[in-house]
Amino acid sequence: MTNHWVDIRNANLIIVMGGNAAEAHPVGFRWVTEAIEHNNAELITIDPRFTRTSAVAQDRAFIRTGTDIAFLGGLISYLIETDQIQREYVLHYTDAALIVRDGYGFEDGLFSGYDESTRSYDKQSWMYEMGDDGFVRRDESLRNSRCVYQLLREHYARYTPETVSSITGIPVETLQRLWKKMAATCVPDKTMTFCYALGWTQHSTGSQIVRAAAMVQLLLGNMGLPGGGVNALRGHSNIQGLTDLGLLSQLLPGYLTLANAKEQDYAAYIDKRTKQPTVEGQVSYWKNYEKFHVSLMKSWFGDAATETNQWCFEWLPKLERPLYDVLDTFERMSKGEMTGYFCQGFNPLASFPDRAKVTRALSSLKYLVVMDPLNTETSEFWKHYGEYNDVDSSAIDTEVFRLPTCCFAEDEGSIVNSARWLQWHWAAAPPPGDARPDIRIMAELYRELKRLYEAEGGAFPDPLLNLTWDYKIADEPSPQELAREYNGRALADLVDAEGNVTRRAGEQLSGFGELTADGKTAAGCWIFTGCWTEDGNQMARRDNSDPYGTGNTLGWAWAWPANRRILYNRASADVQGRPWGPDKAFIWWDSEQGLWVGADVPDFVATSPPSQGQMPFIMQPEGVGHLFAGQSMVDGPFPEHYEPFESPVKDNLLHPGNSRARANPAARIFDDDREALGKPEDFPHAATTYRLTEHFHFWTKHAELNAIVQPEQFVEIGEALAEEIGVAAGDWVKVSSNRGSIRAVAVVTKRLRPMQIGSRQVHHVGIPLHWGFTGAAKKGFLINALTPFVGDANTQTPEYKSFTVRVEKA
Amino acid sequence: MAINVTRRQFFKLGGAGLASSSLAMMGFAPEPAEASIRQFKLSHAKETRNTCTYCSVGCGILMYSKGDGSKNVEQDVFHIEGDPDHPVSRGSLCPKGAGLLDFVHSEGRLAYPQVREAGSDEWKRISWDEAYARIARHMKDDRDANFVRRNAQGQTVNHWTTTGFLAASGSSNEAGYITHKVVRSLGMVAFDNQARV
Ligand code: SF4
Ligand code: SF4
Repeated sequence: MTNHWVDIRNANLIIVMGGNAAEAHPVGFRWVTEAIEHNNAELITIDPRFTRTSAVAQDRAFIRTGTDIAFLGGLISYLIETDQIQREYVLHYTDAALIVRDGYGFEDGLFSGYDESTRSYDKQSWMYEMGDDGFVRRDESLRNSRCVYQLLREHYARYTPETVSSITGIPVETLQRLWKKMAATCVPDKTMTFCYALGWTQHSTGSQIVRAAAMVQLLLGNMGLPGGGVNALRGHSNIQGLTDLGLLSQLLPGYLTLANAKEQDYAAYIDKRTKQPTVEGQVSYWKNYEKFHVSLMKSWFGDAATETNQWCFEWLPKLERPLYDVLDTFERMSKGEMTGYFCQGFNPLASFPDRAKVTRALSSLKYLVVMDPLNTETSEFWKHYGEYNDVDSSAIDTEVFRLPTCCFAEDEGSIVNSARWLQWHWAAAPPPGDARPDIRIMAELYRELKRLYEAEGGAFPDPLLNLTWDYKIADEPSPQELAREYNGRALADLVDAEGNVTRRAGEQLSGFGELTADGKTAAGCWIFTGCWTEDGNQMARRDNSDPYGTGNTLGWAWAWPANRRILYNRASADVQGRPWGPDKAFIWWDSEQGLWVGADVPDFVATSPPSQGQMPFIMQPEGVGHLFAGQSMVDGPFPEHYEPFESPVKDNLLHPGNSRARANPAARIFDDDREALGKPEDFPHAATTYRLTEHFHFWTKHAELNAIVQPEQFVEIGEALAEEIGVAAGDWVKVSSNRGSIRAVAVVTKRLRPMQIGSRQVHHVGIPLHWGFTGAAKKGFLINALTPFVGDANTQTPEYKSFTVRVEKA
Repeated sequence: MAINVTRRQFFKLGGAGLASSSLAMMGFAPEPAEASIRQFKLSHAKETRNTCTYCSVGCGILMYSKGDGSKNVEQDVFHIEGDPDHPVSRGSLCPKGAGLLDFVHSEGRLAYPQVREAGSDEWKRISWDEAYARIARHMKDDRDANFVRRNAQGQTVNHWTTTGFLAASGSSNEAGYITHKVVRSLGMVAFDNQARV
């Protein structure tokens, strides 16, 4: 979330799209209710289904799954053509005025630089044009045909209400009514917030859907303000923390990135990531990259990391492909190219697409290690459970180890909620039997490996043997020690420009501003620096006071970065540093003190006066928000609507007849998986997967209470479809895709209605995902038997929200 | 679909916030359960603060356990409720969070390390030492055989692609941090957590 849960109450308009907060994030959703009741706010939902969130919304639309970019692109065009943008904000705080290079273009669904053989773009032309002064050229009048604003206008001119309506299935009148309400928040003192979840990310265009929302918020001037922002309502309790800590194939902690194989030279690796300002005088905070990187290397490798060996740059693995994501990994595994796999609190048999392929892949392993508090389906993928897991154990040679771990109640430490708050928790009881904490298991396993390498030697053991390990109990580092380590400390006295000591060697650091690139500081995750200072554990703080009445409780827990609660909050004030309106006052420039002050920690240089002209988006080299994503996306600088890989619609209506632009041209799909895609004539129904309020993924079917309230698998179909296929409520239906099938009870509802898409009616099928073959609930089918093995072009998040099936009476 | 709920379970459901459960939406609305759920004798219990382990709202919880905290007396959690001081949740829990206690005491909880041998159809209990020894042996054998110092182009890559690791986004930052540290020191790159999906 750019903002936070309680802040939703400051919104004037709340859009829940690509999520169902009332069902999936019920307690957070109370702040939506609060905004409706006490801030006169309106709630709008846009979803294929009439959801529990829709039920309490003031207005709503039903959208065909996978067409969100068409809706948002149409909105962008509407805002521009009706001139309902926050002009001052757009001119100063976005790249609208920046000029783009001549080579950039877009034709028949493809951006310039497309290479069909690799399904990728050469992004050379997707760049701003640099002037002779070394800074980006600009046109404040916004009239230059090559400025971002005009290119944006041209790009979305195709998204007329009629076109958007035939793609999304939303009637033109509804589109215009909703767009008008959203556009009304372009006035400086009104804000709209977007709340989304996996309904936006689990598409082959997922990242671009989120980007389209961010662009809308920039045009409306809603980013950085209370009640505004783009808010990812994340799933697992610490999914934010594990992302922040970089447990993803290409990342290091704090959004630092691993080098690819071509980057053999340390200086060039750093240089590429050290973003210098491209507009004069801007902050461009990534110019400090090397300080974060060196501090991480000192944290991991201690004295072994020196300037001479380039802080152990060689020791870090280099990537030979853009990502070694889970789809890539299971593709390799299914081809017998992998030996071993670890699942720590993760249930891939249930969670990954194309379950048959996942079973094949796991069966090809030599060893599988499952660390989990529960007996997951993955740990028993080799065991016969009738039709629910129809395998022959004797034919599966994988050795499977199952290590019991603690659950939250037996664990101490911190987790990061969706709002970036690090909250500390304590253990109430010991774990059952001989279960052990994950920390201890990782430590003991590491120590065992280290002993083996010391005794036998082996492949490149240097990083392993030199890993810092100065924990009091080597086999079980304490959460406190580890938290202090990722916060970071001074390794030598730190001095300021005058030579005064600002920090003694050995002391905890209080912020990432203290980090250095000369090896004098260590910090395992720079964005967390400040969470455990000389004043102790900031994450355990419990002061819930809200002195400005904005819902900002700076004394409760600790938020990264630097305890800020709303990102980009400098944009909550105008160019002169004054709040956009009394209702939206959040931080502002106090000329007497010469400081930015207010309800939050400024996301800005606190002493930089407005007259200095530094702009709010300090992580960007231009200081402004990007309407044009020059280099950050692999599939285009502007979001474009493409059909899901499996769609009930034959053509992309924006590019009829161009099969290359039907689905995302830059999304990766493996050959076998392309073959396994279904055709609309065989699988005519649009399917989407979702969650229920009583259940959490595949966990709570193990908890008796949850298993009682929602005991049995079902699928949801509309009355019209039910009638068409002769199914009554409570009948069993078979749902098939080209990859597999499941059986479940049919819930026939008015919540799903057929949609008019072009000349035909499209039915949606809702498939909740919580059942499996272990646990206390009734056994059910893993619904990923159905889903396609293809992901978002940028993140490889699988397309679980849009695929096609056939529903029939079982 | 028929649902049989005993009276006792009904009271438990009351704690789960049945009004907000989909049962009601799906036409299974039971009669209002009026039992107060605060019949627990909490005064002699130990209170421990934690955070709901499910979604990322991060609601504050209070866990009550028996045992006086003295040595050799095992604590046992018997009640969990919302933390009224928490600025986001203000004491509330949703139907998921209301079932946290049953998650802690689930019959599906694992208690001992086990192995399933190749081709077998059953689990066998093993010691932690045996588990570590066998797993580390597998890892080392694979790593030594398949670790790549230099690729075909002669570039130094120092990576290990034939064993992969999925990390848990339900675990703490401290577990995540040490996992990352260990995994990268081995040169692993097929490394992800639930954020990928
Ligand atoms: S306590 Fe509840 S379940 Fe037990 S006898 Fe009384 S009413 Fe029935
Ligand atoms: S109680 Fe419900 S809303 Fe709160 S964190 Fe748990 S699952 Fe999320």
